[in-house]
Amino acid sequence: MESLMVVLVGILVSIGTYLILSRHIIRVILGTAILSHAVHLLILTVGGLKTGGVPLLSQSDGPFTDALPQALILTAIVISFATTAFLLVLAYRAYKKNGSADFRELRGMSDE
Amino acid sequence: MNNLLVLPIIIPIITAVLLVFLRSHIMLQRIISLVTMLFLSLISYVLLELIQIEGILRLDFSGWLPPFGILFVADSFSLLLVLTASIVTTICLIYAFSTIGNRHEHMFFYPFVLFLIAGVNGSFLTGDIFNLFVCFEVMLLASYVLVALGGERIQLRESLKYVLINVVASWMFLVALAYLYGTLKTLNMAHIAMRVSEVGQDPMLTTVAILFLVVFSLKAGLLLFFWLPGSYSVPPTAVQALFAALLTKVGIYALIRLFTLMFPLNQEVTHTIIGVMAGLTIIAGCMGALSGRDVYTIATYNVIIGVGFILIGLAVGTETAITGAIYYLIHDMIAKALLFLLIGMMIYLTGETVVKKISGLIRNYPLFGWIFFIVMLALAGIPPLSGFVGKVLIGQGAIEEGSYVLLGIGFGSSIIVLYSLLRIFLASFFGETTISFEDRKPIPKGATMSFILLAISIVYIGVGAEAISVYVKDAARTLINPSIYIDAILKG
Amino acid sequence: MKINDVILRTVVKGVVFIILTLGVYLFFSGHNAPGGGFIGGLVLGSGIVLLYITYDLETVHKKMPFDFKKVAAFGVLLATGSAIGSLYFDAPFLSQTDAYFNIPILGEKHLTTVTIFEAGVALTVIGTLVTIILSISEDE
Repeated sequence: MESLMVVLVGILVSIGTYLILSRHIIRVILGTAILSHAVHLLILTVGGLKTGGVPLLSQSDGPFTDALPQALILTAIVISFATTAFLLVLAYRAYKKNGSADFRELRGMSDE
Repeated sequence: MNNLLVLPIIIPIITAVLLVFLRSHIMLQRIISLVTMLFLSLISYVLLELIQIEGILRLDFSGWLPPFGILFVADSFSLLLVLTASIVTTICLIYAFSTIGNRHEHMFFYPFVLFLIAGVNGSFLTGDIFNLFVCFEVMLLASYVLVALGGERIQLRESLKYVLINVVASWMFLVALAYLYGTLKTLNMAHIAMRVSEVGQDPMLTTVAILFLVVFSLKAGLLLFFWLPGSYSVPPTAVQALFAALLTKVGIYALIRLFTLMFPLNQEVTHTIIGVMAGLTIIAGCMGALSGRDVYTIATYNVIIGVGFILIGLAVGTETAITGAIYYLIHDMIAKALLFLLIGMMIYLTGETVVKKISGLIRNYPLFGWIFFIVMLALAGIPPLSGFVGKVLIGQGAIEEGSYVLLGIGFGSSIIVLYSLLRIFLASFFGETTISFEDRKPIPKGATMSFILLAISIVYIGVGAEAISVYVKDAARTLINPSIYIDAILKG
Repeated sequence: MKINDVILRTVVKGVVFIILTLGVYLFFSGHNAPGGGFIGGLVLGSGIVLLYITYDLETVHKKMPFDFKKVAAFGVLLATGSAIGSLYFDAPFLSQTDAYFNIPILGEKHLTTVTIFEAGVALTVIGTLVTIILSISEDE
């Protein structure tokens, strides 16, 4: 199961990298979102998959699965949610102001 | 347990939120944020004194003992940086009061500055590496907003790149954290250090360490600084000064912590890489500073040179060099803030950014000109100003270790720094003035006051180096002997 | 051209209550089972966003005259306030406490201060979510 997850992470990372390298803002942002999903799965995998019961005292009496990766992932999800949301707003504003969503046209001149 | 430790992060957050409710009362916002920052400086000073008496302090959140819970740790190194950051932010706020403009103040400028300082202080104080990531993100989110605030065309464009680079860097941070957790099964910094010293630093751990090195190099602007000149030149002056003073320094702090506490065992690999990167950073920074035609370019490349110079201290790694690096870190935070404030004021006064088009400022604004002269000497490391002690100690450390290449590059860069700033000084401050004394724009009083305060700090750190050496030496001793830190956390 | 969205309007009238109830349920179930402030807040926030999409800004704003930026700020205040409350009792920062209370009609209930913290998280999430959506959709 772990190897399958690692392969999945690899696929997600390659998709994310491909999207990040494209020229359209929205694709780049989607790429960062996919990358963050990939790393969440990675954290889950390195923590060990299903090695014990649910880490809740009322529902199982041990051994428990390591609950820390899930806590880390939840935090990381919250942060990536905030960043992605901010990025989307920023990209929209930048598109409105600059009139382009293409990174080639957002390069900027050296003598501004 | 010492609940004082959490105040440097929680007070700015609560104040920032309160300021959101006071959106239309600008004057009240100013007073509250200034009082908060003064209070923070006071608290960090008290904590610094407390550490000298009681040793390393720690606070386990909600009573979870390490290594299980999240904790804040205060040693002299982190508290020195918290104190400097608080003072610099206070002074930058004074500058902002008179220059930032009504529009920014209405768009929650002060709350975001306070969030930024909360993230910075949190990063300095945390004792848990995942918590470091969270505090980094708090700081970065606030910085994203501060770069984009105002919504100018060029700001939006550059902030988009700044955000994307940082998002990718944060992603790599998470990857490194995942591998670290996979190999060591712990995230508490002291516990990591203990496990690394128990099992030895095998190639896998060194790889993880290098992954962290890449992440923090991106954030600190060590070699991977390609994003820095663009995004540091678009926001308003007060924000630029804050960024130049704080953001890269947090990355440097993380690097120093990482390679003195957690991964100190494989120095032939890691410290060599850091040394090479620091050397290349300085060379590239010097090229940028020499070729720059406008004041922004010269100033931002000076930031990069400073980053490289501090990390020479880490790469050399002796106690003397680390002491020098801490001195230089404190000096650099203050001097770079002042440099950016002065440059912003030059542009405000003349409306020009190209060095050759500005001329004769010193005739109209003598005090302003001489303060620029002081900061130039301080950055070049001329005694008795603040840069001198750090430079000498880093140099001494490099000689002890026989790293003559780094020594040469480091001290060569001082001359380039002096030359690049002297060029601004000669062209823009001397020469014939184009504006008569009567027509000159007055410098706002708050701005003059912030210049004077920062200049006093520079002189104080230089002349009073003896006075702060107690703290700096304690900080360096703790960094060189990680066992002090580990024992304070896991055996206390 | 005005889109004929009668189906959306009719469905949303019913569905939005289910979503909001689910949000509240998730919020409280976080006490002893999967759920909690963040997820509850997300569901509640998406319910409100759905209302904004279906009806126009003015109509919704008339019924819910909140500044969502302030909702988020209030949420942060609540969460940090509950965390900092422990300083007053000289306990480590973020300490929580719980107790069993006998409430008329409901019987014996387990109440904790974590709920205050979670309520803060939920309000923050709702506030940020709606603010972000509104800030994109306001300027047309």
